[in-house]
Amino acid sequence: MAGSTNTNITPPRWLTVELTYACPLQCPYCSNPLDYAKYPNELSTEDWKRVLSEARKIGALQLGFTGGEPLTRQDLPELVKHARELGYYSNLITSGYGMTEEKIIQLKEAGLDHIQVSIQASTQELNDHIAGTASFEHKKTVAHLVKKHGYPMVLCVVIHRENIHQMPEILAMAEELGADYLELANTQYYGWAHANRNLLLPTKEQFLKAEQIAQAFKEHVAGKMKIYYVVPDFYEDRPKKCMNGWGTTSLTIAPDGVALPCHSARDLPGLDCPNVNAASISDIWYESKAFNFFRGNEWMQEPCRSCDEKEKDFGGCRCQAYLLTGDMYKTDPVCSKSPEHGVIQEAIDTAARHNQLTTNEQPLIFRNSKNSRNF
Amino acid sequence: MTINTDQPLTFSPLHRLQWEEAQQKHVILYPEGMVELNQSSAEILKLCDGSRTLPQLVSDLEEKFATTGLTNDITAFLEVALKNGWINQH
Repeated sequence: MAGSTNTNITPPRWLTVELTYACPLQCPYCSNPLDYAKYPNELSTEDWKRVLSEARKIGALQLGFTGGEPLTRQDLPELVKHARELGYYSNLITSGYGMTEEKIIQLKEAGLDHIQVSIQASTQELNDHIAGTASFEHKKTVAHLVKKHGYPMVLCVVIHRENIHQMPEILAMAEELGADYLELANTQYYGWAHANRNLLLPTKEQFLKAEQIAQAFKEHVAGKMKIYYVVPDFYEDRPKKCMNGWGTTSLTIAPDGVALPCHSARDLPGLDCPNVNAASISDIWYESKAFNFFRGNEWMQEPCRSCDEKEKDFGGCRCQAYLLTGDMYKTDPVCSKSPEHGVIQEAIDTAARHNQLTTNEQPLIFRNSKNSRNF
Repeated sequence: MTINTDQPLTFSPLHRLQWEEAQQKHVILYPEGMVELNQSSAEILKLCDGSRTLPQLVSDLEEKFATTGLTNDITAFLEVALKNGWINQH
C-alpha cells in the first residue's frame, strides 16, 4: 500500500485552477483528460472564491488560471479581483481567443499580474491547423495588447514534430512581439498528446537541432528575454522531478472541483481524488489519500528504492510510469536504470515509422467534445 | 552587469515584492516563479523606489542600521538583482 507516514508535509505554493474544460481551440496535445466530456460540471463563482481563500490560508502564493480556455468564464475578473485581495500572484494561461483590449484593461484593474499567450506555430497556416481554429493573427494582436498594458508578456509555444522545424522563425517571432519570457515547451506525452504521440514525437536529430538553435538564441537575448525550456524527457536518461515531488508544492483543482496532485492524476487508478465540495483544502492537502499516496519514498519499488538519486527525481513521473508500463509504482521508464526503459525507444521508433505515412492514413485526433466522447 | 552610481534604482514593474506572512519573509514574484529573500536583501530592494542612487541607498541603510562599510555587500547584491531583472536603471 502506498502512502506516507511522513509528518513533514510542506505547504502548497502553487495553485492551478482549471476553471473550465470548454475551449474554442482543439490542440491535439492538450493536457486535459481524453474523456473530459464526462465532466461537464463546473464550480460556481462562490466555490472558486472559497477554494482560493482556503488555499491561500495554507500558503499557496502563485496562482494559475487555466482550463480549457479560462476566458470562457464570465466571472474571471471577479475571481482575479478576489485573488488579488488575498495576495496571490495571478497568472492567466490563455490561448488569447476571446480576448479584447477592454478585457485586458478590466483584468489589469482587477489585479491580474501576468498573461501567458500560447501560439502554435510561426505561420498562420500551421498555427490554425494545430489549433483547429483560425486564431493566428488575433493571438499576435493580443500579445501586443498585453505588452501595451504593462503586463509581463509570456509567449508559450508547444514544440512537436509538426512545428519543430520552425524553431528559428518561432524565436524571431517572440523577439519581434517583445516577449519578456518565452516558454518553449517540448510536448509532454499525457492526455491528448499521448493519444497522438506517433504524429507528434520528433526524432532525436530534430530535437537536438532545435535545442541547439534555442540555446544560441538564449545567449542572444540574455538580459532582454528569459527562456523557459521544458525538456523532452523521452530524450533524457533521467526522469524529471515531476511536480517538484508529489504533494510537496503543487495543487490543481479541476473544473468540477476534483483536487489533483498533478493535472494528469485523474487518470491514475484507485487514488480517490477528493472534491472541494466535500472537503476543505487543508484536509485535502494534509489528510487525503490521494495527496499522501506518493509522498516520501516508501512506495518505491526497485531500482528506485535503493537508488542514490531517488531524492533527486523521486522516481520520475507516476502518470508516465502508469501510461507506459501499466503500473504507477514503477520507475518512470524514461530512466535508463528502469528495466522497462526499452519502451521509450520503441515509442521513438514507432513514431518514426508513422512519420512515413500520409496524414490520411493516421490523422491527428483533435481535442474536442465529439472526439472526447469516444474515450 | 554593473550598477551606474549616478542613476536611481527602481524595482521592476514586471515583478512584485511582497511580505509573506506564512513564510515570515519577503518574496519576489514574477511569471510562474518566486524567490524567497533574506531580511537584508529585502531591506535593500524596498529602497529601490526610483528616488535613490547606489551611494544614497548605502548611506540610508548605514544610517538605519547604525553601521558602516556596507558598500561592497550592497553593490554585489544589486548587481545580482540587476542581472535577474528585479531592478532597473533608466
